[in-house]
Amino acid sequence: MSTKNILLTGVGGQGTILASKLLTNGLIEAGYDVKMSEVHGMSQREGPVLTHVRYGEKVYSPIVEKRKADLIVGFEELEVLRNLDYLRDDGEGIVIFNRVRVNPIGVQMGKDKYPTNGEELIRARAGKLIALDGQAKARELGNPRVMNIILLGVLIRELGLEHIDWNRIIAQNVKEKYVPLNQQALQVGLNHK
Amino acid sequence: MKQLITGDEAIARGAWEAGVRFAAGYPGTPSTEILENIATYPEIHSEWATNEKTALESVIGASIAGARSLAAMKHVGLNVAADPFFTFAYIGVNGGAVVITADEPGQFSSQNEQDNRNYAKAAMTPMFEPSDSQESKDMLIEAFEISEKHDIPVLLRMTTRVCHSKSMVEMGDRQEVPLKPYVKDIKKYVAVPANARPMKVKIQQHREILKEYSNNCRWNRAEYHDTKIGIICSGDCYLYAREVFGDGASYLKLGFTNPLPDQMILDFASKIEKIYIIEENDPYIEQHVRALGVACDGKNLFPLNGEMTPEVIRRVIYGQEYPFDEELQALVVARPPTLCSGCPHRGFFYELGKRKKIMVSGDIGCYTLASGAPYNAMETTVCMGASISLGHGAQQVFDMIEGEKPRVVSAIGDSTIFHTGINSLLDSAYNRSNLITVILDNRITAMTGQQENPGSGYTIAREVTEVVNIETLVSAMGIKNVRTINPNKLDQVNETLDWALGMQEPSVIITRWPCALKKQAPWDLEEFQGAFTETYFVDESVCIGCRKCTRTGCPAVVFQFDRKKSSIDPDKCVGCSVCAQVCPVQAIQKVEA
Repeated sequence: MSTKNILLTGVGGQGTILASKLLTNGLIEAGYDVKMSEVHGMSQREGPVLTHVRYGEKVYSPIVEKRKADLIVGFEELEVLRNLDYLRDDGEGIVIFNRVRVNPIGVQMGKDKYPTNGEELIRARAGKLIALDGQAKARELGNPRVMNIILLGVLIRELGLEHIDWNRIIAQNVKEKYVPLNQQALQVGLNHK
Repeated sequence: MKQLITGDEAIARGAWEAGVRFAAGYPGTPSTEILENIATYPEIHSEWATNEKTALESVIGASIAGARSLAAMKHVGLNVAADPFFTFAYIGVNGGAVVITADEPGQFSSQNEQDNRNYAKAAMTPMFEPSDSQESKDMLIEAFEISEKHDIPVLLRMTTRVCHSKSMVEMGDRQEVPLKPYVKDIKKYVAVPANARPMKVKIQQHREILKEYSNNCRWNRAEYHDTKIGIICSGDCYLYAREVFGDGASYLKLGFTNPLPDQMILDFASKIEKIYIIEENDPYIEQHVRALGVACDGKNLFPLNGEMTPEVIRRVIYGQEYPFDEELQALVVARPPTLCSGCPHRGFFYELGKRKKIMVSGDIGCYTLASGAPYNAMETTVCMGASISLGHGAQQVFDMIEGEKPRVVSAIGDSTIFHTGINSLLDSAYNRSNLITVILDNRITAMTGQQENPGSGYTIAREVTEVVNIETLVSAMGIKNVRTINPNKLDQVNETLDWALGMQEPSVIITRWPCALKKQAPWDLEEFQGAFTETYFVDESVCIGCRKCTRTGCPAVVFQFDRKKSSIDPDKCVGCSVCAQVCPVQAIQKVEA
């Protein structure tokens, strides 16, 4: 197989890091060569986060090139737009888009404008767009924080990786008392239409 | 067993496997996680030093006393440690010693983009440059062997991508390396001129042997495929080149890069039609290759600045550019880092930014963000500790002005004053500077992600330790005007600034309140009772929509443009009350429990 290029993007505190950790652990179990690279700002809250995951038979570079991402998981709308030029532009690129907006400070202060037509812009550039309100779905499960695992579930389904034992991978990487909740969240993602 | 780990984690693992007994460093992106991970191995005594110089000096001592020892720092940290580094190369080691430098091509979180391979060349130390996590671990283990065999510290140069990327690593066992006996050897360890002259000769002799090693070691290798194009590269650039050229080019992959393998380079060049040198930042390999008389392309094509990426290689070699999406880029607004909600720096800089006829000299920490909107309250940042000494120099010159003299306010964090600010403050006190020094004491090293420091009460191993008293420290330097305030109380901030600006004498203001992200120690909970336990809300019936609260730059305060009212995100607010204090109509109220 050719190397798959995945990006996970959002803002600090949304759980992109745990989602990519679970993903890479599963990929390793499935026998792939995996590389991952994380770019985050400084340690203050709510900075932009971009995680590159590449897997295949043999992977060299840990970073995804512009226009070569097979799939972008966007945890936050503006961050999807910021990184949309990574998406392949041959009509095969997939975006999993979580309808959440976190205002940057410039928007908060009225200096910048948060783009109003983000979803349209993404739809125009993605071969396939899966948009969902992950936070609302997570709240239905009783904890808005498991939004990341719901998105991971959608990602796993889109990548056709359902055969990996994700429930065990969750159990190995998540605090015991949160394991059932995270497993439920994963199921919600896997079943998302 | 194989694991997916970062380069930093691999260095920590390598240190453990190599039998390291002592490790020291100072936090700095992208090196911080090296020592944090080393600290998880109980066999290694690890320490946060107050700066990179003291870290390296304690490593020198540990090596002389017989232990395999390691110092880890970011690139600019090696500037601070450069003084011991150069002479360490002269005196050599007892237990093996390795210095890790984590360089930052692209400057994700640094004040400059210097290429520390130049340090190895200048100090004549052997150097390794790993490409991925497996090499980081393997090369570190080998570096200790080289260090002991050739009686010299070894530099291991990482870059941000190597430090922070994860790749597969085969885990090994720990090799127990017994402490070597310490032998009193004045000629070896006392670098006075008479002793140091022969030391330099010794380095040169070992260097000749190391040239042989460089030509024959497994870290430098030629990979022949298509020989029309040959790439000479090191570090992560090898991975990017492989990605772009695949088997369509041959590679000379260099992992041991000081001294460089002359014979190997000449052999490779003789078989290749066209040679490109692909390296980040400086033409370190290229200059050497050119000096060997080999025709090549390098920095005449590739940029000297920024990260090397596959895209850069494609653009330079093949003229391939990905199409720029103008519609999209015009709409994507910046998300600059901001002070967190509840950050104790907010109140202080909110007020300081309103002051006129002052110059604010700043330093390195989260508070450097005060140079940006909405505070615009920091006018210089150079290097760790510079706020005070730079401010001191500026104040001396301002004092030469006839008439009204601008006052300098130097702002520095707790960890940064412990780092090198102490010397600066001593300098300003000794030279009777009319400086106002503000020590932003948030009780932790925050910017690099909550590392302990001499003010926090814990060591890196979370052992309880002494806590430095900053007031006493400052007073001992002879500064008579010292006040400690709560920076969340804006009236206190203002009154104290008036007090300091009203005097023609040096003063120190300590703003003392913990970082909002800090896991508070028992003594913090006692001192800062009720901190971060409250939240505030906006009473919309009172709010006049003046947006003064948004000018505090707090991420929890959101202005609702449709309703022309402010609101506070209850999930983010931790109750510092700064916005409530700036509200002219008392629309912002505490949520009563």
